[in-house]
Amino acid sequence: MAAINITNVSKIYAGGVEAVKSVSIDIADGEFIVLVGPSGCGKSTLLRMVAGLEAISKGTVEIGDRVINDVEPAERDIAMVFQNYALYPHMTVYNNLAYGLKNRGTPKAEIDARVAEAARMLEIEQYLTRKPRALSGGQRQRVAMGRAIVRKPAAFLFDEPLSNLDAKLRVTMRGEIKQLQKRLGTTSLYVTHDQLEAMTLADRLVVLNGGQIEQIGRPLDVYHKPASTFVASFIGSPAMNLLRATRDGTRLHFGSQVLETGRLTALPTELTVGFRAEDLRVARTSEQSLAMKVDYVEELGAQRLVHGSVDGKTLTAALSPEIELADTIALTIAPLRLHFFDTTTGKRLTQALDGLGGRREVASALETAVG
Amino acid sequence: MTNTPSSSAMSGTLATPAAGGFSRLFGLRKSPTRPPEDTAAKRVQFNSPLLPYLFLAPQMAIIFIFFYWPSVQAIHSSFYLEDPFGFGSTFVGFANYTDVLKSGEYLSIARFTAVFTALVTFFSLAIGLLLAVTADGVIKGNATYKTLLIWVYAIAPPVAGLMGMMMFDQHIGPLVKFAAFFGWDIKVGLYYTDTALAMIVVSVWKQIPYNFIFFLSGLQGIPVSVREAALMDCRSGIRRFWTVTLPLLAPTAFFLLIINTTYALFDTFGVIDVMVKDKAANNPITLVYKVYMDGFRGNDLGGSSAQSVILMVIVFVLTIFQFRFIERRVHYS
Amino acid sequence: MHRTRLFDHVILLFGVFIMVGPLLVALMTSSHEAADIHRNGLSLLPGGHFVDTYETVLTKEGGFTGRITGLRMMMNSLILGIGFAAGKIILSMLAAYALVYFRFRFATITFWMIFTTLLLPLEVRILPSYEVMNTLNLTNTYTGLIVPLLASATGTFYFRQFFKSIPDELLEAARIDGAGPFRFFIDVIVPLSKTMMAAIFIIMFVYGWNQYLWPTLMTTDESFFTLVRGIKQILLVWVGSNIPDYNQAFALAILAMLPPVMIVMIFQRWFIKGLTESDK
Repeated sequence: MAAINITNVSKIYAGGVEAVKSVSIDIADGEFIVLVGPSGCGKSTLLRMVAGLEAISKGTVEIGDRVINDVEPAERDIAMVFQNYALYPHMTVYNNLAYGLKNRGTPKAEIDARVAEAARMLEIEQYLTRKPRALSGGQRQRVAMGRAIVRKPAAFLFDEPLSNLDAKLRVTMRGEIKQLQKRLGTTSLYVTHDQLEAMTLADRLVVLNGGQIEQIGRPLDVYHKPASTFVASFIGSPAMNLLRATRDGTRLHFGSQVLETGRLTALPTELTVGFRAEDLRVARTSEQSLAMKVDYVEELGAQRLVHGSVDGKTLTAALSPEIELADTIALTIAPLRLHFFDTTTGKRLTQALDGLGGRREVASALETAVG
Repeated sequence: MTNTPSSSAMSGTLATPAAGGFSRLFGLRKSPTRPPEDTAAKRVQFNSPLLPYLFLAPQMAIIFIFFYWPSVQAIHSSFYLEDPFGFGSTFVGFANYTDVLKSGEYLSIARFTAVFTALVTFFSLAIGLLLAVTADGVIKGNATYKTLLIWVYAIAPPVAGLMGMMMFDQHIGPLVKFAAFFGWDIKVGLYYTDTALAMIVVSVWKQIPYNFIFFLSGLQGIPVSVREAALMDCRSGIRRFWTVTLPLLAPTAFFLLIINTTYALFDTFGVIDVMVKDKAANNPITLVYKVYMDGFRGNDLGGSSAQSVILMVIVFVLTIFQFRFIERRVHYS
Repeated sequence: MHRTRLFDHVILLFGVFIMVGPLLVALMTSSHEAADIHRNGLSLLPGGHFVDTYETVLTKEGGFTGRITGLRMMMNSLILGIGFAAGKIILSMLAAYALVYFRFRFATITFWMIFTTLLLPLEVRILPSYEVMNTLNLTNTYTGLIVPLLASATGTFYFRQFFKSIPDELLEAARIDGAGPFRFFIDVIVPLSKTMMAAIFIIMFVYGWNQYLWPTLMTTDESFFTLVRGIKQILLVWVGSNIPDYNQAFALAILAMLPPVMIVMIFQRWFIKGLTESDK
């Protein structure tokens, strides 16, 4: 058990490409951190630097209180679960679990005990004499987990461990990983490109983009207060609607359409407005509203996703299936559910709160309640 | 070989030799989400100042002594004239080369080699392809045909040559009797064209299984889904073959073209040697055989070396041709 | 999907006839007496002299000097085949391991030096190679017979290709499990390569057994003759006489092809796998 401190870590490849740019993350002992981002964002590279599989170009990584930049992977007191499991195909499950311990010179009795314990925990006891080839995807995944567990490492590193499983199994294994991590209390660093996986697993998630951290935070904080348009569109499904708007006093102009918000004075006149699909609701006739032209509908059962456009810009609304649909529907949003971003930098504009006419406390209380 | 539709479809490689061996074995695949890495090396490697050299040492030592040293020797002695009595040698520049290239005998041998190579390559490829396509199409007895058709691969060229000599034997050869039936008096070893015919027949016979194996595994590497798509898009079987199957077999065919050319140029030495029995006089021989004759029977070290170097150049050009020109026009998937 | 047509079977049966027919004829004819063959030609039916023909061929001392038996030649062929295959596997696995799994300074140039050996077959440098063997006093030795044939990198490329297809994660997992270069090689690479080793052994054994040109140059002492090397002598000595010993010639041909053919037959799966996946 140990904390992991990643301080100003960069990865610069021989060609000069900077895959990771001065990233700092402090991971508390026992914390479950998920690195999430699109492919090529540097999340795997960062994980592999922590694992020792990739040299650290700049900065330091500490596990416990030890700087491990130049320590061999085997000496870092970590265990890793790979996407394709990387089980040794020619070894039995037992030997796969025991291999690392044997190399460390762990006594036979101790190895037996630890393998038995891990196997019991993962319910793979009856497969110990089998080769990985004879196992299903989910069972292989468990063996890969077992190989990490028997080591009793200071930290678990997961590199997209569920990507090779089918959707249903992925959900099951996700739950098991979460439970197991809570039970063992081992510090974990988990890489995924799947935002849902990130949301459900993480104590805190780290959203990476282009080698840089976009945001670190608890899943719901990130969901409700995305720090940038990138995070806003990456976290949450469907992605947050982002529309260019012009502010005129307290009104927002989306092209020809106008939305009255009540108070918005401290914001720039050109901005990007974001709102979640589920925050849109059908407007009462008396209300001011946006007219959305409906293109097509996705039925999800509990709700339906209505895709359409407002003044030529695409939009998605999550509406109750009871609502009757016409070619055009009038939608509105509670002003507090609006997110504002700088059009050029994409950064969240926090001044929005200041603009709420001195009722900042109320606003933050509301936001917290939502979060 | 297990060629269940699913395994060949899963590996997703079309007939490129050496592809996906491991994944087919263990069902592990690289994730499609990860960007393609530098394929020349592993992402992670060992760092050790001495170990790699230790592992390479035996191979490198043998290559140096038995490859580079003789190759350099060949080039070296091609510029010298060896004293016939073994008292040293004199530098003669390109004289050996000009002698060789001016000699009418050498040029006629070169011409025969070209014709021989072209015919052997063409017929062994064509027959191998025909058999492979047919064997791929039948279900009943597929495995048996396959087993029976590949035997001959394991036979050494000179042994194949011996078999050929028996088939073309003046007294007992069935092929001679067969030809006599049409009034053709085949005399292998006596008539130039008859000997050439026998050489070509034996060389083709020996090489068919190799091409058959590669074409068949190339065909079986075509994903079932692609075949099924073609089946829906195109009614005519022959047209399907020309427009879908053959283009997908192109990498295999190209690979085999080079291998067969090399085979016809070099590996047929045994066939020829057994058939001409050292009496090259009125018999067709190839360039490699000429190198051997001049070097070992004629003791013309300089001339033989110059010929060796010429052959080296031919092989080099072939290889460069392989990498530069043809490869581009072939659909690698 | 496939409708099996009669015509396909006709083509295939004709192919089988062409490919297997001569072998069958050789086998059957070898069981007849020489005079009988001389009179009646080749035979498709077994004769009554199978055992004595093969006994003669295997044990009778023949050749120019009259001192070499078929058995001896067979043993030499085996030594060449097995020695070559084993040597090839050991050398190329080690070299390929270094090339794929190590980062070192001269990796690229080493790779190209090995690659170059693929460009020039032995046949284009026979004379200088022979000279080198003379200089090293290796003619008429098993070392001289086997080792120079190892100077081509086919096997190295084969294993390099295979090692590259092993998922990178396996090495990464092994490193996290604390395995060093030697341990990784022995614990992971060698066991994973078993099928490949078997496949390449078969190919290389056949290749070594069937060597002709090099043994012809290297061995003048008949006690080092291999079966394939002895083929020409068979033709010259036996077939050159008045009533040619066709039966013995055929018997020796059968002996020369039997082991490689058997191996290819029995291990057909590995053989085809090794052949088609080795890129040669």
